[in-house]
Amino acid sequence: MKIAITAGKGGTGKTTVATNLALALSKTRKVQLLDCDVEEPDSHIFLDLNLQSQEPVYLSRPKVDQEACDSCGICSEKCQFNAIAVVAEETMVYPELCHGCGLCTLVCPQDAITESSHKIGKIEWGNEDNIKFFQGELTVGDPIAPPIIEALKEKIDPSEISILDSPPGTACPAVETLQGADFALLVTEPTPFGLHDLEMAVEVSRKMGIPHGVVINRYGIGNTDIKGYCEENAIPLLMTIPDNREIAELYADGVPFVLKKPEWIDRFTALVEEISSLVQENK
Amino acid sequence: MNKQIKELIVISGKGGTGKTTLVSSLAALAEDFVLADCDVDAPDLHLILDPENYQSEPFYTQVAVKDEEKCSGCGQCLDHCRFGAIDKDYSIDPLACEGCGVCEFVCPEGAIRMEEEVSGHSYLSKTRYGSMAHAELGPGGEASGQLVTRVKENARDLSAEENKELILVDGSPGIGCPVIASLSNADLALIVTEPTQSGIHDLERIAGVAQHFGVRPLVCINKSDLSELNAEEIENFASRKGIQMVGRIPYDREIVEAMVNGKSIVEYTRGETVDAIKGVWEKVRANLWNVED
Ligand code: SF4
Ligand code: SF4
Repeated sequence: MKIAITAGKGGTGKTTVATNLALALSKTRKVQLLDCDVEEPDSHIFLDLNLQSQEPVYLSRPKVDQEACDSCGICSEKCQFNAIAVVAEETMVYPELCHGCGLCTLVCPQDAITESSHKIGKIEWGNEDNIKFFQGELTVGDPIAPPIIEALKEKIDPSEISILDSPPGTACPAVETLQGADFALLVTEPTPFGLHDLEMAVEVSRKMGIPHGVVINRYGIGNTDIKGYCEENAIPLLMTIPDNREIAELYADGVPFVLKKPEWIDRFTALVEEISSLVQENK
Repeated sequence: MNKQIKELIVISGKGGTGKTTLVSSLAALAEDFVLADCDVDAPDLHLILDPENYQSEPFYTQVAVKDEEKCSGCGQCLDHCRFGAIDKDYSIDPLACEGCGVCEFVCPEGAIRMEEEVSGHSYLSKTRYGSMAHAELGPGGEASGQLVTRVKENARDLSAEENKELILVDGSPGIGCPVIASLSNADLALIVTEPTQSGIHDLERIAGVAQHFGVRPLVCINKSDLSELNAEEIENFASRKGIQMVGRIPYDREIVEAMVNGKSIVEYTRGETVDAIKGVWEKVRANLWNVED
């Protein structure tokens, strides 16, 4: 079973839920935790483990042979991302816009474009006790995150449960993470921003046909609109985590709160049981 | 004569550090500016600024569509698509499709066509603080970077038309394409961080991105009293990197209360937090116009 921990909005507590959930489960079974927030991977801060292995992730990038190029401009006309242009008789590639789709190489009538691999980041992994942890990291200055997420997901062993800490938002990196998930656990906070962004996350899960449920973090601040929203839309509200200075301080120091508040181990274990039965119902 | 327009972008790397609430406060303090919400993936600024849209324009992206009648099942599209958008049965998954057009080009039967799809909208609006350019990307939308670029162009047009001297930009979280698009042409990046281990880790990366694209960063710490140790670690990091600190804003539940009431904290109340935000703005202003502190 693959559970994606996601949220429309950043900073609502995805990483808190993902790491605590993984630690709680690891008391009784094997669990895989994947930090798919490759732009800002933070889960490792909460886990005390060694990342023994790593692999680079490449994206292909076009290279123009200026000698062979006759400046016809077909590449730039066809490129959907404005990533290649003929400027003063020279054809230039803008790496911060290029998606590496390969179309320019295919369409060039002079065969002047070739592709080379460009390293955009890496994936790393390590394990300790029952946790197998994987994380991806996009290189600073590189724009395209989804291929790193894809490389991470290839590491999943489907016979064991996996928890995916998703990037915030509902655009390509979040969609890439959600692709193939059995359940989306949407973490939000009880504020107008939280509600607005939750609605977007719910819409994406619906569009992708992924069963989903909500966790409200920092419960007690703001207002109660989210509860009403869940009831009206028949979305299961699976857990609330109180707004509490101690939890916030543990987070600040990079300590998963289940380590200091063991009563939460059972709660997270029960949460996963509830998720499994929701996934079963959906099948 | 036209003034020289300055562009200030507020970013955070990590989400949820209070970037948007700070932007709404800066909007209450700044003068002679237009706003741009470049967090097109999860725009929230409108929830506080309550803009009245006077212009809405659809944002189109391409998506591959297949004519089953013509498809011979040769599999060329599957071989060439680099985004995993063609399934084993050669059907197209519109959510995974990036709209690059490779499959259309390689299909020998001409069975694939690229169609325009509305994947979001951009808006021009009036708010109580002046004009605002913003947008919303539909759920699962592609090309957020291109939509950000449009919002920035709109904001530039607005500021030129209205002869304003500042564009105040709410950036998006992360360090990927939308952030890079929103950094282009900015004069200054105000990074909002929080004193947590994650905040520190993410700050290092986002500051690196700003510097990589030649935009000078400033740093302010939000919820600064959550951990003195971490706050000091942030200040040490900044001084090592030669980045100016522009203030600490304490953790204050009234910020959320103000948000629930559709207000920025500067409009909502007075006190220590508001004074701290005013201090941040003074320093940022001095940096924008190179005035002595
Ligand atoms: S590889 Fe694709 S995105 Fe990159 S320049 Fe060529 S056509 Fe454009
Ligand atoms: S347009 Fe590009 S991304 Fe979309 S299905 Fe075709 S090859 Fe794949």
